[in-house]
Amino acid sequence: MNQPVTDTAVSGKPKSLARRVLLISAAVVGGGLAVGAGYIQHKALRNKAYTLKPGPGEAAFGAWFTIDTSGIITAVSPHQEMGQGIMSLVASLIAEELDAAPAQMRVVQAPVNTAYSNATMLLDGLPFRPADKGWLAEGARFTLRRLLEAVGINATGGSSSVRNVIGPVQQAAAGARQLLLQAAATQMAVPVAELRINNGIISHASGKTLGFGDVAAAAGALPLLPGTPKPREQYRMLGKTGMPRIDLPAKTDGTAQFGIDVRLPGQLYAAIRHCPVFGGTVKSVVFKNKPAAVKGTVEGRHFVAAIATSYYAAQQFVDAAQVVWEEGALAGLNTAGIFARYAQALDAGEGSVYESRGDIQQPVTGKAVKAEYRVPFLAHATMEPMNCTVQHTGTQCKIWCGNQAPLLIKWLAAKAAGLPSDAIEVHTLTMGGGFGRKFEMDVVNEAIEIARSMPGVPVQTIWSREEDMQHDVYRPAALGRFEATLDEQGRPRRWACHIAGPSVTAQAMGRMAGMGGGGMPDKTNVEGATFLPYALPALEVRHSMVDTGVPVGYWRSVGHSYTAFFVESFVDECAAAAGLDPLAYRLALLQANAGDATAQRFAAVLQAAAKAAGWGTPVAPVPGQRVGRGIAVAESFHSIVAQVAEVAVDAQGVVKVTRVFCAVDCGFALDPVNARAQIRSGVHFGLTAALGGQIDIEQGRVKQTNFNDYPMLTLAHAPVVEVEIVNSRADLGGLGEPGVPPIAPAVANAVRAATGVVVRALPIKLN
Amino acid sequence: MELNVNGKTAPIQSDPATPLLWVLRDELNLVGTKFGCGIMVCGACTVQVDGVAQRSCRLPVSAVAGKKVTTIEGLSPDRSHALQRAWVKHQVPQCGYCQSGFLMAASALLAATPKPTLAQIHGALSNICRCGTYDAMRAAIMDVVEGTV
Repeated sequence: MNQPVTDTAVSGKPKSLARRVLLISAAVVGGGLAVGAGYIQHKALRNKAYTLKPGPGEAAFGAWFTIDTSGIITAVSPHQEMGQGIMSLVASLIAEELDAAPAQMRVVQAPVNTAYSNATMLLDGLPFRPADKGWLAEGARFTLRRLLEAVGINATGGSSSVRNVIGPVQQAAAGARQLLLQAAATQMAVPVAELRINNGIISHASGKTLGFGDVAAAAGALPLLPGTPKPREQYRMLGKTGMPRIDLPAKTDGTAQFGIDVRLPGQLYAAIRHCPVFGGTVKSVVFKNKPAAVKGTVEGRHFVAAIATSYYAAQQFVDAAQVVWEEGALAGLNTAGIFARYAQALDAGEGSVYESRGDIQQPVTGKAVKAEYRVPFLAHATMEPMNCTVQHTGTQCKIWCGNQAPLLIKWLAAKAAGLPSDAIEVHTLTMGGGFGRKFEMDVVNEAIEIARSMPGVPVQTIWSREEDMQHDVYRPAALGRFEATLDEQGRPRRWACHIAGPSVTAQAMGRMAGMGGGGMPDKTNVEGATFLPYALPALEVRHSMVDTGVPVGYWRSVGHSYTAFFVESFVDECAAAAGLDPLAYRLALLQANAGDATAQRFAAVLQAAAKAAGWGTPVAPVPGQRVGRGIAVAESFHSIVAQVAEVAVDAQGVVKVTRVFCAVDCGFALDPVNARAQIRSGVHFGLTAALGGQIDIEQGRVKQTNFNDYPMLTLAHAPVVEVEIVNSRADLGGLGEPGVPPIAPAVANAVRAATGVVVRALPIKLN
Repeated sequence: MELNVNGKTAPIQSDPATPLLWVLRDELNLVGTKFGCGIMVCGACTVQVDGVAQRSCRLPVSAVAGKKVTTIEGLSPDRSHALQRAWVKHQVPQCGYCQSGFLMAASALLAATPKPTLAQIHGALSNICRCGTYDAMRAAIMDVVEGTV
């Protein structure tokens, strides 16, 4: 059991645990509470009684789906689609409960309503281990959940979507199933108990059958009560084949519509140039030689834009504009200076303590292991560049875009639109990638400002790839120092780490709610470095917040995207110092904590991945190359993923990852096909960053411009990734992000095994 | 000038220097072909010109006068192309934004080389998929190559 966390940040005196919980939860969920507190007078109370408005021929079943007279079931997903398959998964949960045929299922975006609030995502921000069911943790979760449900944030992130909706969706569908049976029983004049459903057909032993369409109207008129969902043992699809994703066929023929594909009558296109320096503004702009295709220009505070009949014409014209920028205070910012400030903060040895156990100050004997790790800023680089379509009539503002938080847009766009939220309509399109970028309001606010220059005209603002890359909210650069003292068996009797970097939550909340974090602790800074299930008797995890002004934001797996690299690289370095095999070392540290359920789950996925990889057997040789295997494990968003990577390194030090073996424990994989796809997705995404992702800051601006200097992993360099699902039956975990954290350390550890070179920085460069 | 797209000829008003990508998307409203980078690196804009895969984001529309342009909308009328069927069978797409480009590049490859080696596949498909659908993509392509879709 961990001892109380202490905070020595502000006054140098320890604060109580309860106060720390309040501080951390307030900071981390600050956006939810701040926005909620600010808008509670907008009556944003969770609308538990909400029912969908059925169209002609449709019957509605609560907030979650309608059934029409032909038996088509249209589910609504309150979570936005960015490739993770959530929309189809919601439909599959309903199909399973109803025993419907997959061909009957459709899914659309849910209306923007507080009925669909995502309390789960913000609750994950609390500073407790997921497995912690103690009174303090549960009490905090309960109180916060009530508050958040009242506030009703409708958002997609934190790999929380399935966990957020599964209870209400399954209960509603189970309840609706009873109504369908009741209506059928009435129509057939037979007892309900004698009816069966199979593939959307309700049948009776007598041979009578009815389709859902035949009874939908009658069933929809009955009062809907939450039902008891099917036990997992009775699942036909879930946990087995899953349901083929409804959204995929349209993604094979060009008909799937993304935000950038919106086409409205009279639509114009805008291209934009932002001041290249962070925080800089426009001093003056001269637009020259306006062609007929260009219909207008906009001079914003920190950007200039042109509006034309085609995006290309707008981009050409705005590129030719002569702009004088007021560069501002950050013009001197550069990568070296940023890391120097991080190092200074680590040297000063202060910051906030996020986890503390035993007394790490007490002198101990044993082998000392020390390492300093660094990671760069990273861009999101969604395949679909930032874009937003706005039609502002003066009394109404309609917005079309891919986004991860439509309700936030509806609230926060009010300022840019100069209208009350009720006058703002948000249409959410499927995203060509999200990764956390599409939470942000910048694209929307600017698009509104641009569209307001042409009242009534729909204007689609598109960012060039260069603008997208250089005006991102980046995954923070970070510096981490780790030290351990090993006992006679090689185990850390003492483990301390200190990480320096900015607070994503503080910046994000500042942008969203106009209030900064005020230096309050941000759990995302150290998530993945705390609550490790390894037996570490004396431990301290400390973080120093250093915000140099580079815009930072939530990037797929957030703090885990660097803490896993730090922690799992350091575990390997400790294993090496102890002369022990990296897998055996980890298993021993977990075994020493064997009473802990999480430790057992870690051991299970490690062993599964290791077995699949043939750990302990020689790595297949590659002529002229050094080969090796590395292992890593991390828990994030309530799922635990272990990965073994095999690498081949050539004479020039170019690293190729040939194979990756993953084992994922997300509690229970509802859709195993999609679960594997999501883990693979995380691997390739994380590997792209580990091998080549680097955003440099020079003179206050991003140096990289496009995919030529911010390279992406392609098919030829992508490893074969195998994924094994380990269903521990623990509470459900997420899948969108958990595949990302382990790949960088698995590869770094493999590189060390292959070459002897210790990797202390990402991206991995050996020459 | 006139443009021949997916078997139909249409007059084009755009300036002849306009890249084919933007003529397709903004003049003809054929939005299946996507914009990803504008420098011919990502491949999201891949179409076929006389059956050969071509990135369209920097190709002036004047350069395809008199040629046959095929976009994703013209790959099949009903998702029946073997690659499209394999893409669904192996659940390839995730966000889907890059997939039109991959399908046009892959279909051009298979039309010219029905049994490509892995190296030829890698050479033809240098497109970027940010969601990392590469494993499913390999399986789908091999299924088509082996005639087992």
